[in-house]
Amino acid sequence: MSGTFIGMPAFPEAAREAVGNRTLRRNLRHATHTIRAKRAKAVAEVSDWAALREAGRQIKDHTLRHLDRYLVQLEESVTAAGGTVHWAADAVEANRIVAELVKATGESEVVKVKSMATQEIGLNEALEAEGIRAYETDLAELIVQLGKDRPSHILVPAIHRNRGEIRDIFRSEMGAWGRPAPEGLTDTPAELAEAARLHLREKFLRARVGISGANFMVAETGTLVVVESEGNGRMCLTLPETLISVVGIEKLVPTWRDLEVFLQTLPRSSTAERMNPYTSMWTGTTDAETADGPRTFHLVLLDNGRTDTLADQVGRQALRCIRCSACLNVCPVYERAGGHAYGSVYPGPIGAILSPQLRGTQSEIDASLPYASSLCGACYEVCPVAIDIPEVLVHLRERVVQGGPVTRAGNKVVLKPAKGHAAERAAMRAARWAFGHPGALRTGQRIASRSRRFHPRTLPGPGRAWSASRDLPPVPAEPFRDWWQRTHVTGRGAGAGSAGDQASGHDQGDGK
Amino acid sequence: MSSRDLILGRVRRALATAGEADTPYEQAVSRDYLREHGERTAEETVDLLAENLTEYRAVVHRTNAEELPNVIMRLLALRGPRYVLVPPGLPAQWMSAADPTRVHDRAVSTPHDLDKVESVVTGCAVAIAETGTIVLDGSPDQGRRRITLVPDHHICVVRVPAQVVSSVPQAMERLAPTRPLTWISGPSATSDIELDRVEGVHGPRTLEVVLLSEE
Repeated sequence: MSGTFIGMPAFPEAAREAVGNRTLRRNLRHATHTIRAKRAKAVAEVSDWAALREAGRQIKDHTLRHLDRYLVQLEESVTAAGGTVHWAADAVEANRIVAELVKATGESEVVKVKSMATQEIGLNEALEAEGIRAYETDLAELIVQLGKDRPSHILVPAIHRNRGEIRDIFRSEMGAWGRPAPEGLTDTPAELAEAARLHLREKFLRARVGISGANFMVAETGTLVVVESEGNGRMCLTLPETLISVVGIEKLVPTWRDLEVFLQTLPRSSTAERMNPYTSMWTGTTDAETADGPRTFHLVLLDNGRTDTLADQVGRQALRCIRCSACLNVCPVYERAGGHAYGSVYPGPIGAILSPQLRGTQSEIDASLPYASSLCGACYEVCPVAIDIPEVLVHLRERVVQGGPVTRAGNKVVLKPAKGHAAERAAMRAARWAFGHPGALRTGQRIASRSRRFHPRTLPGPGRAWSASRDLPPVPAEPFRDWWQRTHVTGRGAGAGSAGDQASGHDQGDGK
Repeated sequence: MSSRDLILGRVRRALATAGEADTPYEQAVSRDYLREHGERTAEETVDLLAENLTEYRAVVHRTNAEELPNVIMRLLALRGPRYVLVPPGLPAQWMSAADPTRVHDRAVSTPHDLDKVESVVTGCAVAIAETGTIVLDGSPDQGRRRITLVPDHHICVVRVPAQVVSSVPQAMERLAPTRPLTWISGPSATSDIELDRVEGVHGPRTLEVVLLSEE
């Protein structure tokens, strides 16, 4: 079943295994390259992309800066519109609230709209433990659920599966969950989509409780927005009598008008469309006369590490994320390693900065995530809310190596430096000492130069990981400072070349 | 302490050290982006709507008030449904030539009842040319959200040029957030298989948009 990432190995081990899987690499390469080109075209169509991106960044930053005020305003608006607002500090509390709300309806099954927040808190597993069956209705989520798999992409959780694998999963698993796959199902995408339509329709029609997330919440009006393609979202949002939406507190925007920015940038960034097929917006519940959609609406506001992230002045920009997944699709690391290696429902570059902040950097996987990047910056370039992912990655690396003050579950704590970096720290300490002692440095350099013939090509011990994929830089036959002394200082004016003339004005400390 | 107070307290502590200037909302966001992309006449805007709807596999028809009943009749006849759903406030004249039995929204009380109806005819609240989008807001000529969702065939009449705007920002100005809104851009689709778009999943698989010229 999806959602459990506990005990994941660190990124390098998981990635090594994934890179060896040729089917996975082919599937990912095909999918990410397809969407990459399409996104670029969709973005190029709007001449004011830079201004939209900047406005999106500013709206989100402003909201985060006044998050308390806007959350209270949202609560008032949703309540005034007939909804009920619940607050959940962590995953356990959110799951408990949802399970109790479902039980109160007397139902033992729910239909779900694809939602990152409910993936993050492991809602399906928690409901199952309470005897409630949650049916995923997004096609990719369905593939993941039927295949007892884990999601590997924010937008397309089954991106690691190709059409043949999907057909096999449908054939063997659909029967156990409801209507079996049609006889003679082939692997054409249209037939696979049709099989999902038939399989899920009976569930939609009988569903009494729907569970969703939301892409946006509007503080001034209490409006929630779900952006989707298939219509499964509309089914879950309008047919059931009770709707429960679990939404991260950072999904807020202040005003109705703010949506005009994100409704232009989100579809183009995620599915590379001018507009996604369906967007639903609802504000609380409608009166008995209109009777459009659920009669009961619950909004569960989820913290689960978001306020801790907010406390970090560099890292908080990750909360601007609108989950478009453009950063995954352009990332050279994601393309090769795939989503599972990130050990979180949030894979790719955004996952590498979000997961270690939401969960802390104590576990092996979370401490390794800030390193799951070559810092090439493509993610920053495509981000529709201008999250400087490389900046946050470097910031988090520093935190992992050096430790320092962070906020966990609302409390300020001081992290110890990570154990795994002891060798690196020792090397840095040695370097610091050596640079503070010129005599020792000179001696060391000379010994290194004279013994260069005997230098190994790879490092021993903990250094092996570094030199496994890199060549050790060769040590020159003569240390730079000796060369300088020989060519510049002793023969002043005589042997100096043009390079020496240029440098002589700047560097005067060494030769004295 | 309630979780509400706990979370709000955490937010306030997280922001206490922020130290940034308390810029009011109006000044915090520079709205330098365009209200619409490019300049077009009303006629060109309608053409763009038709073009973009077509690109996302909606079927576009153009007609005038006089011909509309015949167009709807023909579109229904081609699919041959026995029943067609109509929202309570749909102009009666639109359906005056249609053959199938008209079913009113209220008569189909359960989703299962709704599933037996093949087609639905509605108006719309606004249409967005740049994105090829029609927006429904539950007005009497559009009905409840469910009626345009469960049937497999949706005929949506857009009054042109009155109901057509160029852009998303212009559409937002015309819409009321208090109403349940559905933005529709082409028939239901998915990109979930190898990130390639396939039309036709849970919503109506055939979307026909009739551009009703009111001149």
